[in-house]
Amino acid sequence: MTVVSEQSRTWQGALKVVDSQRAIRFGWWYVAEYRLRNLMKWISAVIAFGIGNPVLYLASIGFGVGSLVNHHGNGLGPDGVPYLTFLAPALLATAAIQSTFEEVTFPTMHGLKWENVYYAMTATAVTPNQIATGVMVVAFLRGLFTTIIYWVVLAIAGAFHSPTALLAIPAGMIAGVSFAAVMLALTLRFIDSQNFLASIGRFVITPLFMFSGTFFPLSAIPIWLRWIGWISPLWHATDLGRVLMYGRAVPGWLVATHAIYLVVLGAVAFIIAQRQITKKMTK
Amino acid sequence: MNETPTGTDAMIVATGLRKTYDDFTAVDGIDFTVTRGESFGLLGPNGAGKSTTMRMIACTSQRTGGTLEILGRDTDHHGPWIRAHLGVVPQQDNLDRELTVTENLYIYGRYFGLGKKFINAKVEELLEFAQLTEKRDAKVDSLSGGMKRRLTIARALINEPEILMLDEPTTGLDPQARHILWDRLFRLKEMGVTLIITTHYMDEAEQLCDRLVVMDKGKFMAEGTPAGLIQQHCSREVIEVRFGSERNAEVADQIRDLAVRLEILPDRILMYTDDGERDLARMVERGLHPITSLVRRSSLEDVFLRLTGRSLVD
Repeated sequence: MTVVSEQSRTWQGALKVVDSQRAIRFGWWYVAEYRLRNLMKWISAVIAFGIGNPVLYLASIGFGVGSLVNHHGNGLGPDGVPYLTFLAPALLATAAIQSTFEEVTFPTMHGLKWENVYYAMTATAVTPNQIATGVMVVAFLRGLFTTIIYWVVLAIAGAFHSPTALLAIPAGMIAGVSFAAVMLALTLRFIDSQNFLASIGRFVITPLFMFSGTFFPLSAIPIWLRWIGWISPLWHATDLGRVLMYGRAVPGWLVATHAIYLVVLGAVAFIIAQRQITKKMTK
Repeated sequence: MNETPTGTDAMIVATGLRKTYDDFTAVDGIDFTVTRGESFGLLGPNGAGKSTTMRMIACTSQRTGGTLEILGRDTDHHGPWIRAHLGVVPQQDNLDRELTVTENLYIYGRYFGLGKKFINAKVEELLEFAQLTEKRDAKVDSLSGGMKRRLTIARALINEPEILMLDEPTTGLDPQARHILWDRLFRLKEMGVTLIITTHYMDEAEQLCDRLVVMDKGKFMAEGTPAGLIQQHCSREVIEVRFGSERNAEVADQIRDLAVRLEILPDRILMYTDDGERDLARMVERGLHPITSLVRRSSLEDVFLRLTGRSLVD
């Protein structure tokens, strides 16, 4: 050992200072912790967006379109419930998807392309897989946060008529997490292409929003457009939400399909995302 | 203190280490051992394989062949464990610009699973060490290049690493910032931290490294102490003379016998000799009067250029 100088009395060395088992086990949580800390800097924007978005949709579609639809059906919309009630599960699932989408795409671009902060993480005990997990955990938390705000706004607006309305939150969140995993895998795959994020917004998010049985039952559109709904996590979650919330009449096999589709899609996408990020970060 | 199973103080042991990408060989079978407290330098031109070697040591790149053990463990199977005990200063700063100086240090400590109390005390110590105490609440964006570099180094020390890896630590810094950094690194060395440094600044290598290797095209060209390498690959002194670019080549033949080795460059002639003043006087005795002349000690740069050539590699 070399002579230890004055300032270094406390220097014990990493073998003593670091609890390597803990570092290895909880790397995913430290990544999440970092993202949450970053998010807290924008918390007012997250809340404002969380409240502002539903209020806008409520005012225009819920009340505006809703009054037309309800007028047409003697005070009731599709499925024999008020239009706002019909719309609520779709809006919740959309909010979940929108917020988890933002939480997996932008941080990943930030981490691997714009600022390289993910490379700083993998210089520690953290692994690329744990980064993917941590990002998904925060996407889940942010999605949940946004969805709950949305739910409260909808409740105040009178969209819910039974306690089962709470179940629309988990239904929406399954879609949020599942879609986030898909987006994470896609972001990692196309991270070097210039217009990836803008294209996703235009060519994926918007059509999903339009054709997933959001504003009208999927059966109302021509059969050759319905496939968008069938592959869309949003439709599966919306339909599931309607079943859980107000008991929409849907065959049992279809309810099971909704749940299985979302879980399998999310799981497969997450495995692919982990492979992508490991490949990208360990050249 | 020493937990390496071999019972020696070997921190890094590499044998026949190789890394190939498709049709390109980045590292072509290198052997080296770094012992505790040593300061080991990797010198080489761009593309020599230094950074790839660093990435393999830092377990963020899997080797293609050979063996590599760090702190007694295989890098292929114990990546996270090894990294938990290393400090890495990358070539390009990857600090989080949205966070403050203190937050950058704090969050990095968390990646090692360190507790709040430990990190907070350590952050104070490191802010002082990096001379950033006054900037503690500043956003990273507002720091100068030298400050960012010092912060990156401070960050790499948060877990009290057994080995600190520095990939071109002072590239792009002004002389003042470089000297401050060298001083900090020298202190770490005194504290017994093992340093692995890549650089293409020879003065930096001479300042910081106990032992170094010159790397080119994925291979080690030479290995030794800075002084030893000069002795082994170069004469004691160098005379640099200029006769004007047209005459250099013509004069060269008349002075070839005076030097151990002669190098004719477009703008000047380099004469490698053991006694520069003596041989310069002999040259003048022959009636050769250079436009300018300079006698100096041989440096690591002479060794480097001799071993890796003068052509541009970019």
